[in-house]
Amino acid sequence: MNRSLQAVYGWLLLLPALVLLAAFTHYPALATLWHSFFSTPRGSRPARFVGLENYALMRDDPVFWQSLWNNLWFALGTIPTSIAIALVMALWVNRNLAGRGFLRMAYFTPTVLPMVAVANIWLFFYTPQYGLIAQVMHAFGAAGPNWLGSRDTALPALMVVTIWKEAGFFMIFYLAALQTVSPSLREAALLEGASRWQYFRRVLWPLLMPTTLFVLVNALINAFRLVDHVVVMTRGGPDNASTLLLFYIYQVGFSFWDTSYAATLTVVLLLILAVTALVKFRWLDRRTHYQ
Amino acid sequence: MRRTALKALAAGLAGAFLSLPLYAQPKPVEVELYYPVAVGGPITKIVDDMVVAFEKDHPGIDIKPIYAGSYQDSIAKALTALKGGTPPQLAVLLSTDMFTLIDEDAIVPIDGLAKSEADKKWLGGFYDAFMQNSRTGGHVWGVPFQRSTIVMYYNKDLFKQAGLDPERAPATWEELVDYSKKLTKKDAAGNVTQWGIKIPSGGAFAYWLFQALTTPNDAILMNEEGNQVYLDKPAVIEAAQFWNDLSAKHGVMPRGTVDWGTTPKDFLEKKAAIVWTTTGNLTNIRKNADFPFGVAMMPKAKRGGSPTGGGNFYIFKSGTPEQQAAALKFAQWATAPERAADWSIATGYVAVTPAAWETDKMKKYAAEVPAATVARDQLEVSVAEFSTHENQRVTKTLNDALQAMLTGAKTPKQALADAQREADRVLRAYR
Repeated sequence: MNRSLQAVYGWLLLLPALVLLAAFTHYPALATLWHSFFSTPRGSRPARFVGLENYALMRDDPVFWQSLWNNLWFALGTIPTSIAIALVMALWVNRNLAGRGFLRMAYFTPTVLPMVAVANIWLFFYTPQYGLIAQVMHAFGAAGPNWLGSRDTALPALMVVTIWKEAGFFMIFYLAALQTVSPSLREAALLEGASRWQYFRRVLWPLLMPTTLFVLVNALINAFRLVDHVVVMTRGGPDNASTLLLFYIYQVGFSFWDTSYAATLTVVLLLILAVTALVKFRWLDRRTHYQ
Repeated sequence: MRRTALKALAAGLAGAFLSLPLYAQPKPVEVELYYPVAVGGPITKIVDDMVVAFEKDHPGIDIKPIYAGSYQDSIAKALTALKGGTPPQLAVLLSTDMFTLIDEDAIVPIDGLAKSEADKKWLGGFYDAFMQNSRTGGHVWGVPFQRSTIVMYYNKDLFKQAGLDPERAPATWEELVDYSKKLTKKDAAGNVTQWGIKIPSGGAFAYWLFQALTTPNDAILMNEEGNQVYLDKPAVIEAAQFWNDLSAKHGVMPRGTVDWGTTPKDFLEKKAAIVWTTTGNLTNIRKNADFPFGVAMMPKAKRGGSPTGGGNFYIFKSGTPEQQAAALKFAQWATAPERAADWSIATGYVAVTPAAWETDKMKKYAAEVPAATVARDQLEVSVAEFSTHENQRVTKTLNDALQAMLTGAKTPKQALADAQREADRVLRAYR
C-alpha cells in the first residue's frame, strides 16, 4: 500500500467520528457565536447584524449576573462535598464487610434514578408542613422553613439534591481506582510505622489523584449542565434565587424566544466550559501523577 | 400463452380492486392537534375519545391529537416545530400566548375563516369574558376551549371549628383577613399547624393570582393592544401590599412563596383552610376531599372579579386551506353546547358558551355540583388574563417582582416600580 492510499485509509477511519463531532459539536458552537452578533428574527422581521449589542445587553442584565453567581455558588457548594462524600463512601465499601454488595448498590441507586423522578421525590421531602423533612422537624418541636419558597434556602436545597445524586456516581470511580491499588503498598506502609491517616495522605491520595481529576472535571461540567431539578422544583424562583445559567438560557431561548440573546448567553457557558477543559489539560494534568 | 393472459387478468383485477377504495374515498385531510394537560384527571383519554367521535361524524377529516406537555411545553413545542417547518395545524395553547403567536406570524384570524352566517353566530356565542383574551386589532385569533377563572375553595369543617358560618365565605378583604385570623392555628411551641389562607405565588402563575387582587381593587394591568402595562399605579401597589400583609402583618399565610402545584394538596391535607386556585382543580378536589368544602367568588375590595385563564384553539397559518377549514370544523364541533358540557363535566373547566349551560346534562351537573356555577357567575365581572407582546418575558418580570416582595427582598412599591421599568423597556418596540 503506498503512502497516499494509506492516508486515505486513515481519513476514512476517522470520518465517522469526524462527521459526528463536526455536525453536533463544532458547527453548533460556531453557529452560536455567529448568531450572537445578530438580532432575533421575528415573524416578518429578519435577523440583522447588531455587532456587540447583545453582549452589552448581557452586561446590563441583572438576571444573567445572578444566574452566573448562583451557578458559581452551586458549583462551590456541590463539588467538594460530593467528592468528599464519594471518597468516604468508596473507602467504606472497599473493605471486607458483611453486606458490601448491598451497600454499594444502595450508594449507587441515586445515580440510576432519572433526575426528573428524583426531583419530584425531593419536592415532596421539602414541602412545608407535611413534607418528610417538615414532619421530622415537627416531631422535634421545630417549624421547618419554607425550603423552596425562601430566597435563602432555595438554592442550598437544590444543592443537597445534587450532592445526593452525584456522590454515588463519583464513588464508583473511586471504588474502581481503589481496587487497582496493590495491597502490598498498605502492608509496606504499616510496616514502616505509618499511621492510617499517613497512609491515606501520603500513599492513597496521590495514587487517587488521576481519578480525583477526572471526577473534578466531570463534576464541574455537571454543575453547569444539570438543570432538570431546577425545572421541576423551583423554576428558578423565588425571584431568580435558584436560577442557574443553563436554565436561564433555556428560558430566554424557549420561553421568550429571544434566540440571539440565548446564543449570547450560550457563548458565556461555552467559554466557562472551554476554560475548564483548558485548565485540566494544561495545568492539572502536569501536576498529576499517572501510574 | 393462456397462462400469461390469465396472469395479466388476475393482476389487472387485483390492481383494480386495490385501487378501488382510493377512488371511492378521497384521502382524508390530516390535521395535527397539539394539546397540553394542565389539570388532574385522564385528559389524554378524554381527548382521544373526542377525536374518535368527531371522525365518526366527519369521515373526510383525520385529526391527530398530540399530547405536548404543560402549557409552557406546548407553546415551546409548537414554536419549535414552526421554526423547523413542520408546525401543527391546530393547537390548544394559553389564551395569553395570542400576541406571541401573532408576532411569530404563526396563526390566522378565526374571523377570516368563519365567514358564513352560522359561523358568525357560533363565534358570537361565547362568554365575552373569554373573548377578551381572544381578540386584538379588530380580529378574533383564538376560540375559547378549556377556560377557567380563579375561585376560592374553603373547608367547611374548619370554618365550623373556628366558630364561622360554613355556608358563608368571606366576601370582602376585611372579612378575608378576619376569617383567616380565626382559621390560623398554632401549636404549644408557637408553630403554625394550620394556615388561614394560601394564595399560590411560586412557579409561573403568581401574576394570575395577583390579578384576583388587582381586579377587585379596580385596577387593570394592561391595555388591549398588549403594548402597555400599568404596574406602578397606586391601586396595583395597594393590592400587592394587601397580599404581602397577609403573611408579613397578619401572619395568616406562610412567609416566602407558596407553591402552585402543592396548593390543592395543602387544602386536601387540611393545612390551609382557604386556598385560591383555578376552577380546573374542582374535579380533583371534589374527588379527593374527605370533608365538605365550599367554593366562592373572589372577595371584593371596591368591586368583584377575577381574571379568566386557560387555553384557546389556534389555527396555524402554515396549513393548507383544506386543513384550516378542517381545523375550524373541529374547533366548532368541540365547542358545540353538548360537547362543551361534556368537557366541562369531565375536567372542571368552565363551559365556554351560555348555550352549553342550557343543555340537560349541564343543568343536571349544576344541580349536583352547585360549586361549578360559581365560576360561571363570576364571569360577569371577570377581566382578561395578563397578556402582552413578548408575553412570557413580561409575565416573568411581574412574577419576579411579586416573589421579591413576598420573600421580603423589596417593598411592594419598589418591586412594582422595577417591574414597570423593565416591562416598558421590553414593550417599547411594540408601540
